[in-house]
Amino acid sequence: MNAFIAILRRDLKVAMNRKVEVLSGLFFYLVVATLFPLSIGSDLDILRRIAPGILWVGALLSSMLTLGRLFEADWQDGSLEQLLITPNNLSLLVLAKILSHWMLCGLPLVVLAPVLGLMFDLPSEYVIVLMGTLLIGTPVLSCLGAIASALTLGLRGGGVLISLLVLPLFVPVLVFGSGAVESLSAGLGVQAYFSILMAMLVPALFFSPWACAAALRVAFE
Amino acid sequence: MHLQGDNGIGKTSLLRVICSLAPLDEGEVLWNSEDIHQDLTRYLKDIFFVGHKIALKEELSPYENLTIECALMNVPVERVQLLEALKHFGLQGREHVPLGILSQGQKRRVGLAKLKLSRAPLWILDEPLVALDAHTVEKFTELLENHLANSGMIVLTSHQPITLNGRGRVLTLTL
Repeated sequence: MNAFIAILRRDLKVAMNRKVEVLSGLFFYLVVATLFPLSIGSDLDILRRIAPGILWVGALLSSMLTLGRLFEADWQDGSLEQLLITPNNLSLLVLAKILSHWMLCGLPLVVLAPVLGLMFDLPSEYVIVLMGTLLIGTPVLSCLGAIASALTLGLRGGGVLISLLVLPLFVPVLVFGSGAVESLSAGLGVQAYFSILMAMLVPALFFSPWACAAALRVAFE
Repeated sequence: MHLQGDNGIGKTSLLRVICSLAPLDEGEVLWNSEDIHQDLTRYLKDIFFVGHKIALKEELSPYENLTIECALMNVPVERVQLLEALKHFGLQGREHVPLGILSQGQKRRVGLAKLKLSRAPLWILDEPLVALDAHTVEKFTELLENHLANSGMIVLTSHQPITLNGRGRVLTLTL
């Protein structure tokens, strides 16, 4: 457990000293979400309808943008190799890395959602549902992306491969994440959407660190 | 044990096999007459590996780096011990500056300071003398001698000769 906290604190501290990398994903999200209302015009009905989709696609693309570097820096400076031979459960250390990635690149997207919702004239109850789906959905993105990032470690053009690997896996999260708000506006309940998202999050949290650990061991052989 | 041999002969590969980082085609690695993969976690507690790469974060200070290393090794340390380890390698006054602004040799010294905090009986060192000045080599040799005196073991590769009170064996790898 000490090692888990040490890795989490280390990654957060490193990111705080290398702000550009964290902010690049966030800025990307902001720019995508800002450009749409500007280009589509001021038809509030249309804006309200497309808002959840746009914000979700933005979140998905921005997390894909930052995921490629999840293991890259550790791999280059040799500390990943050291993690493999410390007397700790590697899956737990990987989970710490995923958690720190989410705290830096996923959580800010959730927090920003209400501000961006204003640009799309989203009513407050819609914003709350949207934030809820992002809160459950973005950790799934981090978990799935981490597997792809571990699998493509050290490959040239790994970034392109990551998108190819994770996009099909991201699609269900996107569909149910953005579908929740749509369902609310149609007057239907949103409970089912949250249940399905949770049903994705739990196995992802459980299996992804284990899969990443296996992929990392292979990468070093 | 001092491993010697020409470039590309397999010194680093051998060390990686001993660390369980690389798989073996045939044969096995024994520790206390037991295959290391029988109980890998226990074996990993007993070894400490310093590789080519420094394995420290440039954005963090030497002090922070060592704190994290100790947590990963599951070795509880006091602040004083950490500072003393850094002082041993002449890094006093540099404890809290980012590692990135230190010189190559100083970074390696921080890496070696990890050894001073390690409680593992088997040290596996890959080219530990690279980029070190004569004074640090002396300090480092002293550390190795201490470790041997405390019935520790060391496997290292180096192109420079290391004299440890006349003890230690030299193994030369040839094709």
